[in-house]
Amino acid sequence: MNWNTLLFLVFPYVALALAVVVSILRMRGRPFSVSAQSSQLLESRKLYFGSTAMHWGLVLILGAHLLAVLLPKGLLLWSAVPLRLYLLEITGLALALWAGVGVWILLARRLSEARIRVVSTPMDYVVLLLLLVSIITGIITASAYRFGSYWFPAVFTPYLWSLFTLQPRPELVADLPFWIQFHVFNFWLLVAVFPFSRLIHIVTVPLGYLWRPWQIVIWLRRKRPLRATPPAVPHPAPASKPQPALQDKGGSYGSD
Amino acid sequence: MNVRAHMSMLFHLDKCIGCHTCSVACKNLWTDRKGTEYMWWNNVETRPGAGYPTGWEEQERFQGGWELGKNGELELRLHSRARGLSRLFFNPALPTLDDYYEPYTFRYQDLFNAPEGNDQPTAIPISMVTGEPIQIQAGPSWDDDLGGSNLYAKNDPNWEGVDPDIQAQMHEIERVVFNYLPRICNHCLNPACVAACPSGAIYKRAEDGVVLVNENKCKAWRMCVAACPYKKVYYNWSTGKSEKCILCFPRLETGQAPACAHSCVGRIRYMGVLLYDADKIYAAASAPEERLVEAQREAILDPFDPAVIAAAKEGGLDDEWIKAAQNSPAYKFVKLWKLALPLHPEYRTVAMMFYIPPLSPIVSTLERGLIKLDLPPERMDFELFENLDKARLPLEYLANMFAAGNVALIEPILKKMLAVRILKRRQSVYGEVDAQTLALLEAAGTNLEEAEAIYRLTTLPTLEERFVIPPYHREAAAELYNDPLAHKGEVGLGYIQPPRRGE
Ligand code: HEM
Ligand code: SF4
Ligand code: SF4
Repeated sequence: MNWNTLLFLVFPYVALALAVVVSILRMRGRPFSVSAQSSQLLESRKLYFGSTAMHWGLVLILGAHLLAVLLPKGLLLWSAVPLRLYLLEITGLALALWAGVGVWILLARRLSEARIRVVSTPMDYVVLLLLLVSIITGIITASAYRFGSYWFPAVFTPYLWSLFTLQPRPELVADLPFWIQFHVFNFWLLVAVFPFSRLIHIVTVPLGYLWRPWQIVIWLRRKRPLRATPPAVPHPAPASKPQPALQDKGGSYGSD
Repeated sequence: MNVRAHMSMLFHLDKCIGCHTCSVACKNLWTDRKGTEYMWWNNVETRPGAGYPTGWEEQERFQGGWELGKNGELELRLHSRARGLSRLFFNPALPTLDDYYEPYTFRYQDLFNAPEGNDQPTAIPISMVTGEPIQIQAGPSWDDDLGGSNLYAKNDPNWEGVDPDIQAQMHEIERVVFNYLPRICNHCLNPACVAACPSGAIYKRAEDGVVLVNENKCKAWRMCVAACPYKKVYYNWSTGKSEKCILCFPRLETGQAPACAHSCVGRIRYMGVLLYDADKIYAAASAPEERLVEAQREAILDPFDPAVIAAAKEGGLDDEWIKAAQNSPAYKFVKLWKLALPLHPEYRTVAMMFYIPPLSPIVSTLERGLIKLDLPPERMDFELFENLDKARLPLEYLANMFAAGNVALIEPILKKMLAVRILKRRQSVYGEVDAQTLALLEAAGTNLEEAEAIYRLTTLPTLEERFVIPPYHREAAAELYNDPLAHKGEVGLGYIQPPRRGE
């Protein structure tokens, strides 16, 4: 097995498997842990600039990548006209810069704001750093190897499809320049980190809000079909400490 | 008719002594954990004042509650559905910790560890968020008892529409007047917090109306915090989940009153069942401003009405709940005697905790003025009755707080309460009820019998009369859809998982 197979075939599959399996396990077994973990209450101003920029930038760019994977022909057709090609490439670059600035602000905020530092886990820094690397290598790729919208459909679309259809062709990325390979590998790293970090909030986007009724009323005593109980997830050390028995205080309630 | 039961609390503001025992009972029970230090599910405000969090009634800023759209339909003030999703990354209406206060404690070890020296060691304040020393800028009830202050009382939004001259007088030290306003979550019939939550994590229990956050479904989108016009959902900065007053449902389910109510020193709090018609919630929430209170009273049902009883049974309410609704102090004060009002009905969440507006500050000041007039004592009471509108704490102020600015709703309440007081005074001082007093009772829209009942439930209630809590039969609930043996060891208070960040 050469490096190429390891980094662009074995690792992607490991990352994807982790992302799917661990995410499902975490969302079912430890739902309390799944949260975007907003820190807006503690610091709002810098978050406004950082979070808005990073999220809109990244969501749009990821969306564009996804479109290129799903509709490669459309992308080629669109980019056939130079004006449209420049428009696309410049928009992409601008969004990436915007997102990069956002991540930078968020990173600086995490390091400089005392209140944010105390709620930062090592994983929070890892995620922001990986995103920063992703954006920087992406910008290098887009500007040094023009034009992505020409070769992405020829290289990455088949590469990703080959992985998804279980007929992997890692050789497609074998001869790419270092920075592009770095960008790709970093993406798989993000996928691997996804289920273990707050990135899991991405799959909890509450689109159901668009059509659910405003009010939610729940009956506790209405008969429901008997349901099998999901097995309790055993928790390590802390919970297994013996609980102190409830004390019987005696006396009657209501000595007013 | 779709009859449901609601556990409602009632606050008799005249009796509140502002001791904060309720807040401390609640804090010790529920919010004495990391990330919840700044949460006061129960707090007591000095009014006029800015409240907690500071200025929570300024809805232009905090965007809480509902408003009527162009076609008269209810709309969340905070956002439309699509707008809400687009603001997930950053929620502009969310208060920050500085709108509350940075929780603090003191480094008490310093008192013991300080090196020997010439000055007295002090325990310096440290932040409970960062652990670093801080300058304390604010705290819970920072404006406690500062009723007339220019700094706080002046910023009270309920002055709106009150004559500026009167407002200016209110800040003169000799004219200071204030009362206390204890607040918990109102467990609204049309809760804005529920409607604003994109994850659908907040829900209302149909059986007793308690509004709860499902901590497992909450994803920290924190829209509820902004949308609640009473600012009674709090965001736990440590666990990344929202939390709110749970009306002590574990206590209710075991027949005990909520901790705040049970510990209340002034015994101002009552707790009882209200039957309401769930089909009328929308009408109550979307009524024109001047009809809001009336529409809510219409949605609350008479538990003695045979049609209501039949419908309640059909809806699954057992006899004991119906009996509890009949004995409910909430029913008497809210529906029967019409003495209690919801806080800020204009927020249109149809709040289900009720307040009996304060009478004392109004009368005591007027009394002083009248003594100067050298009135004969037997005239004085009656003079008060006629001059309510000249009271120092303006009726408009109370109306802005409890009646969407509708003075016509406040006046009869104060008159009735005053009539009860005059009656009891005449009875105990003169030993008889003369025709004049009877006429006064009638003018206040009440009668001897009702006045006596109001008097008894106001001043002499026993614990069982204050808290009429029906049996929940909670044990039956789990059995219906889960195997209780499988749940053994899992139920009870506290977290099933330790509440650590991201775990
Ligand atoms: C479209 C769906 C998404 C939603 C609704 C969403 C929402 C949020 C929210 C509410 C926060 C908390 C912000 C705060 O502190 O108040 C957050 C943080 C974060 N999100 Fe997203 N997000 C989305 C997509 C993404 C994507 C696609 C990424 C990256 C690939 C991402 C990466 C992050 C990171 C790194 C943070 C932490 C920021 C920090 O350091 O404070 N999110 N997100
Ligand atoms: S008062 Fe309570 S139920 Fe009403 S909107 Fe606020 S948090 Fe929700
Ligand atoms: S315990 Fe009762 S009297 Fe004391 S502040 Fe609270 S509500 Fe008022």
